[in-house]
Amino acid sequence: MLAEGAVTRILIADDEAPARARLRDLLDECRPEFALAIVDEARNGREALEVVNRERVDVALLDIRMPEMDGLEAARHIAGMAQPPSIIFTTAFDAYAIKAFEVNAIDYLLKPIRRERLLAALRKSRGGSPVSRDALDAAANQPRRHLSVHDRGRIHLVPIADVLYLRAELKYVTVRTAEREHVVEESLTRLEEEFEKAFVRVHRNCLVARSAIAGFERTAGESESGWVVVIRATGEKLPVSRRQSGVVKQFR
Amino acid sequence: MAKWESVASINQTGATIRLPNFCNLGVMLRSLVIVNVLIAAAAVVRTGSYTDFAFEFVTLAALAEPVLLASLLALCAGRRWLHAIGYVPALAALAVFEVAAAWVVTQALGSLIPDRRAESFFNVAFVTLFATGCTLAYFDLRARALTPALAEARIQALQARIRPHFLYNSINAVLGLMRSEPRRAERALEDMADLFRVLMADNRTLAPIADEIELTRQYLAIESLRLGDRLKIAWRLERMPADALVPPLILQPLVENAVYHGIEPSQEGGEIAIEVAREGPEVAVTLTNPFPGEGRHAAGNRMAVANIRERLQLHFDAEASMKAEVRDGVYRTAIRLPYITAAS
Repeated sequence: MLAEGAVTRILIADDEAPARARLRDLLDECRPEFALAIVDEARNGREALEVVNRERVDVALLDIRMPEMDGLEAARHIAGMAQPPSIIFTTAFDAYAIKAFEVNAIDYLLKPIRRERLLAALRKSRGGSPVSRDALDAAANQPRRHLSVHDRGRIHLVPIADVLYLRAELKYVTVRTAEREHVVEESLTRLEEEFEKAFVRVHRNCLVARSAIAGFERTAGESESGWVVVIRATGEKLPVSRRQSGVVKQFR
Repeated sequence: MAKWESVASINQTGATIRLPNFCNLGVMLRSLVIVNVLIAAAAVVRTGSYTDFAFEFVTLAALAEPVLLASLLALCAGRRWLHAIGYVPALAALAVFEVAAAWVVTQALGSLIPDRRAESFFNVAFVTLFATGCTLAYFDLRARALTPALAEARIQALQARIRPHFLYNSINAVLGLMRSEPRRAERALEDMADLFRVLMADNRTLAPIADEIELTRQYLAIESLRLGDRLKIAWRLERMPADALVPPLILQPLVENAVYHGIEPSQEGGEIAIEVAREGPEVAVTLTNPFPGEGRHAAGNRMAVANIRERLQLHFDAEASMKAEVRDGVYRTAIRLPYITAAS
């Protein structure tokens, strides 16, 4: 929620230069009726996150189809912030995304965008609450390529490909990479659903990346199934629960 | 356009479609298979044991094969004349020719085969006409089955081609340029008009490949507006036979796929290489683009490829082919089709 009369700070994210130029022109035309400032422009989702980390942004205009990181993934990372900017998606045509947005009540603008529609969307963003993380997750049809760690208002990205395992602690999930550990506010069950292709559950509280499994070892005591999974790169040994002991056979 | 119609006889709708193009390799092969199956069937009926069957089959084949080959040659050489006189007179002419050929062959070769009476004239005429009837009936049914498919393919072509993604993004790009670079915006609209004129035209007849190349250039000019430096294009047309006839929209949709899957998902972009070369009796069209190997596949793209494959088959049957492969991060599509010109 912004104070009445405050200048709305806007980020434009689109990979096509003419599309960005068009949005600049339109925003200029909205100025007499709506106090706004263009903070910066980004060519993909990753650059958009960099801008959000660097500057205060009130509204992010995100194109859906962008290289490196698409608008939907960028929005999912942004939505985890303590005070996220409002997000307005833009798209020329994406049958899947449009349907998903309708179902989950997410705002979007169709390119070519009309000044009136843009203005209406900007006004709505001032009043409404930002779109929820759950709605964005439901609208996405593919897993994210990064997990986002939120640290003092900044978004730090951890590529999924670098993650060795995910372990649920009391209220959060620990993300283990070869270099270090991060903490994310996610549910392990949801992560399991999203990354079912790349990760496998070895224990009630642990998902291991299939590519990170070096092998399994027999052990006495510490594991209820009698097996531990050995993690490549770190050599750590994590217990396999009796219920998940079928995993061992899968990999042998 | 009229000049190509005899070449593209398979693609005409209505009554003219019924006599197939016997110069086409696929049609010849099908005829050979049908007639040989009939010979085998006749041999089974006339004999009891396996050894007798083999002998009978060889004997009958020795008589039938020269008639068949002579008929196919005559049908290929005389196809323009046969088309001109209409279907029923063409059948009558064919029947007379075949019975005559069959009689000559049995008289000439019949006496060479030992221990065997010459076949009666009635038998020879009946068997020849029966085989001809079966073959032509097959082609007639096939043509009837394919005619609606062709109309369907055309509708599909329209739907697959005017891709919403391209249309709206292009309009948006032109709007974005209008104030800062009005000349480029004008140029882009002209290119779009040309492109859509071809997209909406009746594309059932073959057209020179040079036209297709020009169309693809216009398409790429529009995409360059949006993608800027990310889109690099290498044309290799030194060995292109500009007069070769190809089904329209055989290259542009593939290049559109290459842009969508190969260039757009990458921030750095990449190069699309297009090569057209004559290789003996064939024209080879080769397209390569980077393959980032990720991203969702739009249904429209698979449809475009299936559509091109189908039209190649309708026009050239077994003589044209389309292959796609991924190697070392490069997606390569290769089309081979017979080299046909308006003069041939």
